[in-house]
Amino acid sequence: MSSPADLTLAEAAAALRAGALSARELLQATLDRALLTEAELHAFLTIDHERARAAADAADEVLARGETTGPLHGIPVAVKDNMVTAGVETTAGSQILAGYIPPYDATAVTALKRAGAVIVGKTNLDEFAMGSSTENSGYGPSANPWDTGRVPGGSSGGSAAAVAAGSAMIALGSDTGGSIRQPAALCGVVGMKPTYGLVSRYGLIAFASSLDQIGPISRTVEDAVTTLEVIAGHDPLDATSYRGEYPQYRSSLERGVAGLRVGVVTELAGEGISPDVLSACRSVVDSLAEAGATISEVSLPSMEYALSAYYLIAPAECSANLARFDGVRYGLRVEGATVEEMTARTRAAGFGPEVTRRILLGTYALSAGYYDAFYGQAQKVRTLVIQDFTKAYEGVDVLVSPTSPMTAFELGSRTEDPLSMYLVDVCTIPSNLAGAPSISVPVALDVASLPIGFQIMAPALGEEVLFRVAAEVERASGWNDRRPPLVEADHGV
Amino acid sequence: MAFRVRSGPIYNRRMAIDIDIAYVARLARIELSEEELERIGRQLGGILEHAALVQELPTDGIEPTSHPLPMVNSFRPDQVIPPIERETALSQAPESEEGYFRVPPTLEAE
Repeated sequence: MSSPADLTLAEAAAALRAGALSARELLQATLDRALLTEAELHAFLTIDHERARAAADAADEVLARGETTGPLHGIPVAVKDNMVTAGVETTAGSQILAGYIPPYDATAVTALKRAGAVIVGKTNLDEFAMGSSTENSGYGPSANPWDTGRVPGGSSGGSAAAVAAGSAMIALGSDTGGSIRQPAALCGVVGMKPTYGLVSRYGLIAFASSLDQIGPISRTVEDAVTTLEVIAGHDPLDATSYRGEYPQYRSSLERGVAGLRVGVVTELAGEGISPDVLSACRSVVDSLAEAGATISEVSLPSMEYALSAYYLIAPAECSANLARFDGVRYGLRVEGATVEEMTARTRAAGFGPEVTRRILLGTYALSAGYYDAFYGQAQKVRTLVIQDFTKAYEGVDVLVSPTSPMTAFELGSRTEDPLSMYLVDVCTIPSNLAGAPSISVPVALDVASLPIGFQIMAPALGEEVLFRVAAEVERASGWNDRRPPLVEADHGV
Repeated sequence: MAFRVRSGPIYNRRMAIDIDIAYVARLARIELSEEELERIGRQLGGILEHAALVQELPTDGIEPTSHPLPMVNSFRPDQVIPPIERETALSQAPESEEGYFRVPPTLEAE
């Protein structure tokens, strides 16, 4: 007997509407799954049983009247803990925010609630979303459901692990340099970073404001579409929120890829990428050709420099954004004789090593005498990266690459050398610099039975073509919503 | 040219970086011990050597990008909306008094 926790969002929504399943039963199955797996996974920082049960009961009352509130009616959802939730502790994975109870909901959280979602809890992350493994969390790392000795990726590692394990049907993540797509790839689920501005950042605890974007993590491409349609929309509370049309993406799912031009990024298809990952991605590209797409190789020469530019721009923005943690208005305070001493002691005690490094890196890159050589030059390289993309999209509709150069690595294997951790993001960072949409779709397992993610990139506001290709990749790969060993017993496989 | 993730010529073209880490930590308002300063300074040196590769690309006449999408003058209607109640705003403060955030003295006593 399989658990309702293993249904996809689409299946669960249908079962709820048909009366075959109640929101309370679905929530209970989800909480049971969390109970079964959390001791090993630590995907959640907070599980809010009381509020979740109340929301599920309210959803059932509406269903009893033959109605639904929206596309996520009764669906158990997890939210990365860097999005504020009214009345529910929000820490962003940092000790400096331990015990912080926000007075309001992030706009994306409000959108989930309006669509009928049942919020199960808040998921673990690298502190302030800075990292690629969740090992930088101030509350201990999460583990990968496919091998609990390995990282789930990061920074949205808790969200990806929860969705892979079935302790949430979908989850929200945030992606500054790959923080949705890379953990999705490592956990064998779908992760999507929308065009910058499509989802409001209001209530997202800022890391790097010109790069941050909220997006869905789900088990299928269809569920990613459903979630994105709920959370995307103009928000007057975010000055960078997109003001144009917000199309529906569902029709993309069945359109196929016949006639589409797919470009394989030369710089991300060779040295430095694990052989298993490369061969899995090559066979996906072959299947796209069989499905009628035209394949070509596309070189983006500035790609080599994107990582360097990112590790100046993101820390510079983080050093400004995290200045707000000063021990005055919220969070931790360590006493000192003066304001400056109190602030400096509070920040030393509250920030972990990686956040401290990035703040100092950004402060240096912005400081007098170094600004032009580092931050200013990085911003110009950002322009070159965008120009490379623009030129590439004159000849192709989408670009493809692996999501991550390697599959899930062992816990502790990269924590000693920060630069080796930064290199994990080489394939995902360019889309953030360009503000463009990108998705990771699970396609195969490597020799160690760890999931491999395939990345599709499209021009800004190119979500429709992105989902067309993603749906085809999902079909052609035969992945078919494979479940990790950790939950197979419960799943009845 | 393939991207070299771990080794290769691109990582051998490193430049020497000179950081006054104690000064940077003071600017960032983070109180660190001598040992921490030494360790972080060494790590930042390595990261900055890599980041300094951006200086290799010719960028004459290239405009810097501070925002990924062309977006200017984002206006909203000038409407009064109820703010968060003072008590709620103060509820998360480490210390408050008579409706204000309380901080240590900012001026030296005479």
